[in-house]
Amino acid sequence: MKDTLPDLRLLLAVLAPLAGAGLVMATGRRPNLRESCSLLAALTLFGITASLVPDVLAGKTLRYTLFELLPGLSFALRADPLSMMFALAASFLWILTVFYAAGYMRSLEEHGQTRFNTCFALAIFGAIGCAFSDNLLTLYLFYEIVSVTTYPLVAHHQDAEGYEGARKYITYLTTTAKGLILPAMVLIYVLSGTLDFATSVHPGILPSGVHNGVIAALYVCCILGFAKNGIMPLHHWLPGAMVAPTPVSALLHAVAVVKVGVFSTVRVMLHVFGVDLMARLNLGIPTAYFVSITILGASIIALSKDNLKTRLAYSTVSQLSYIILGVALLTPTGIEGGLVHIANHAFSKITLFFCAGAIYVASHKKNISEMKGLGRAMPWTFGAFAIAALSMIGAPPVAGFVTKLYLLIGALDAGAVGILVVLVASTLLNAAYFVPVVYHGFFGQPSEQDAHHPPHEAPLAMLIPLCLTAALSVALGLYPDFFLQFAQAVVK
Amino acid sequence: MTTPSHLLFGLPLLSLLIFSPLAAAAVALLIGREQLLRGWTLVSTTLIAGISLPLWWRFDSSTAAFQFREHVSWISFLKIDYSLGVDGISLLMVLLTTLILPLCVLASWTYIKVRIKEFMVCLLVMESAMIGVFCARDAILFFVFWEAMLIPMAVLIGVWGGPRRLYASLKFFIYTMAGSVFLLVALIALRIKTGSFSLEGMVGQHFSPGFQGWVFAAFFLSFAIKVPMFPFHTWLPAAHVEAPTAGSVILASVLLKMGTYGFLRFCLPITPQATIAFAPWMLGLSVIAILYGGMTALAQNDLKKLVAYSSVGHMGFATLGIFALNPQGLEGAVLVMVNHGVTTGALFICVGILYERLHTRELGAVAGVGKTMPIFTGFFGVFCFSSLAFPGTNSFIGEFLVLAGSFAHSKALTVCVVPGVVLAAAYMLRVLQRVSFGGTDNPDHSGLADLNLREIVTLTPLLVAVLWIGLHPQPLVQVLHATVHQLLQQVGPALSAAVALAP
Repeated sequence: MKDTLPDLRLLLAVLAPLAGAGLVMATGRRPNLRESCSLLAALTLFGITASLVPDVLAGKTLRYTLFELLPGLSFALRADPLSMMFALAASFLWILTVFYAAGYMRSLEEHGQTRFNTCFALAIFGAIGCAFSDNLLTLYLFYEIVSVTTYPLVAHHQDAEGYEGARKYITYLTTTAKGLILPAMVLIYVLSGTLDFATSVHPGILPSGVHNGVIAALYVCCILGFAKNGIMPLHHWLPGAMVAPTPVSALLHAVAVVKVGVFSTVRVMLHVFGVDLMARLNLGIPTAYFVSITILGASIIALSKDNLKTRLAYSTVSQLSYIILGVALLTPTGIEGGLVHIANHAFSKITLFFCAGAIYVASHKKNISEMKGLGRAMPWTFGAFAIAALSMIGAPPVAGFVTKLYLLIGALDAGAVGILVVLVASTLLNAAYFVPVVYHGFFGQPSEQDAHHPPHEAPLAMLIPLCLTAALSVALGLYPDFFLQFAQAVVK
Repeated sequence: MTTPSHLLFGLPLLSLLIFSPLAAAAVALLIGREQLLRGWTLVSTTLIAGISLPLWWRFDSSTAAFQFREHVSWISFLKIDYSLGVDGISLLMVLLTTLILPLCVLASWTYIKVRIKEFMVCLLVMESAMIGVFCARDAILFFVFWEAMLIPMAVLIGVWGGPRRLYASLKFFIYTMAGSVFLLVALIALRIKTGSFSLEGMVGQHFSPGFQGWVFAAFFLSFAIKVPMFPFHTWLPAAHVEAPTAGSVILASVLLKMGTYGFLRFCLPITPQATIAFAPWMLGLSVIAILYGGMTALAQNDLKKLVAYSSVGHMGFATLGIFALNPQGLEGAVLVMVNHGVTTGALFICVGILYERLHTRELGAVAGVGKTMPIFTGFFGVFCFSSLAFPGTNSFIGEFLVLAGSFAHSKALTVCVVPGVVLAAAYMLRVLQRVSFGGTDNPDHSGLADLNLREIVTLTPLLVAVLWIGLHPQPLVQVLHATVHQLLQQVGPALSAAVALAP
């Protein structure tokens, strides 16, 4: 029996970014003070989250109830191994993004930086709330908070393209949440009288005796309803959201927002339906094949995109489904591989976006075909990009290799040979769309103009974070135990 | 537990609540200065709101019995009594009425520029009548208050309304008057069967199914117009668009609740068998109202029309919950009634604030005011989110319970409602996007003043209510619990009989 302790730190963790948003708004007229407030909030959040690690690893489940609405219906927080993986990755990367964003926004002299930083902190507030949700209702609350607080970030440029991208963004995300998750949640409440997540991955919370068809319908609603997970065909919002400034694409649309979607999906698969029920109804392997369409389809689309951020966005769509695929295999190794990719993908993909932003600030180039020879002028940036790309491809010793290894073993354990083929094909595709970027960067012939006026590296505020995340991607490949121990604790 | 005292300062509480607005109106007639008139109405409505609070403190939520009873013989040869009392449902409605009225006065402070005395008198008379409707325990007394609301409301629209005020006022008058006639016929028919106008005497009488059917039909016509249920809703957008802000607020917050209140007070307990027989039709109309209201709201460019059509959808949720005929549905329905009062009232006040500054309610013309009016946009945003039932706001919990009740009743029916929920998000987010951001061709709003202190004071109580009910709805649900339980027991025997008869 695991200990359950009411823990005030959970409340403080969720309040830190919220308070940060308030401070940012209040100090908007003094940019340095404003950015310091963001940094302070990020450091506080990470500090609190890190302080939870020993207790969670000791097998405790920490809880804190915010508001009791009705019996079985409350806003409540919990910290368990699954929440820690997401919370640690998101809160740590926020610290680096604060520096990066300051460098990016100031270099480009963007307007509305106070609104930008406020909404950024609010989006992190939503993401951390999702990570620490103790029940489906709380998860839904914070999921929706993330949707609405990121709207102003996507629409940031306030031009026709920005509004169009943001319109698509909010339409996809709220329609699926209201149309699929809300009814599914109400029905789960009617059926089981509670929305609290189970404490282990096996039992789920649905009572026996519910018709199999109803369970299957609920399951489909939950897989498609959390559309932030980018499963095709409900992925269009993500490429559309690339109109946002690059720090948003980096932290939110590679880490916080999309991981909220994947995290919610995984949370519901493991702690609402449960491994036992999914295995009994044979929901796992069909899900794995269903998301395989996304893994391969998004990679093929990525091949055709010349805009670097769009290519990265499709790569994200593809990689997110790795996580769901791993969990859907329903074998311990598969689940561990899927879960650890939440962190591995976060560190590598944020590096790639950081690099894309750095290239844009330094050279105002967005398209891959224009970046020939740029690597020689910006060796640090392109070097980091190469390392992170290796991680996406799944080459050792970078983080993505660990994921791929676990997924392959998981697929073998589950006896799903088709999944092996998918993973191999996906690796080849990943290589096909990442290698040319690096190759052209270092070995391509620069254009006339670039040859005469070669661009310089981006400001240090941007360069240092992206080198750090690249280094950490390698570190996570060499010492994968840090996040793996949480993944193993989830499955235990 | 002893019944709570019905006296305050030695006076019967409910009568005090009903007649003090009338007394205030009489005093207002003697006041000449405009500013003093406004101040007097504000002070008196605030005092009345204060007087209503002991109802909440003293209310015993453990019993379904009517409390704060008053009973005096009125017209003895017709057996008409002056009989008052409140249960959980009426308690919330009375409080909603008394608490929203001071805000109506504040919202009219500068909006109403002519005939201020008459306006304030109308407001106060309305308040008397509305409280009376929710407290009456005698059918004729109920009807008297019911009719007494009609004239001041029609006057509010007809005198202080917009360009097409006479049309709107007349339409409102004809629709509701027509409904009232059926109500009166039904009440007289019940009087002939039971021998008195006492509402207690009409409950649990086991009337013949045919009689129940006719009485239900008459009630239905009267209440469905008031809710308004599809297809009797066409007076509502006209009335809302033309009415002054305070008129719209009263109309949305309190008057629409009269219809659903009537269903709860008359149809369910008095004609239970007919209620069950007609419930599928009622549910069908509710679903149509939700979908139709949502789709029509999405197509509107006039802010007031948009909020009016959203009301049709929200009230559809209330009737859906009522006719799901289970505890969650009924409790959810009453919460939806309260929440709609708070949120839609607030939205109408917001639209009024914009109208006072820009003299237009066109979505294109108000686009992008968020830049110059950030405080307003903050308030407006919260109310928009409340309207689309964002979790953590008041509407969410009501909608959640209604959907839960509806799922328990029929899964297929509830699936039909889901597009309505999505539509609510679509039209509210569209409005919020237009108001806060707009597009690339926003009109010039520089020089527009943000909210002043009076407007902030008007909106803050509603904001507090949105969050308080959203995060801590338990006291409200608790107050309803016994009442709803008893209501279902009154329908219950017929309900189980219907189940037994089903093949």
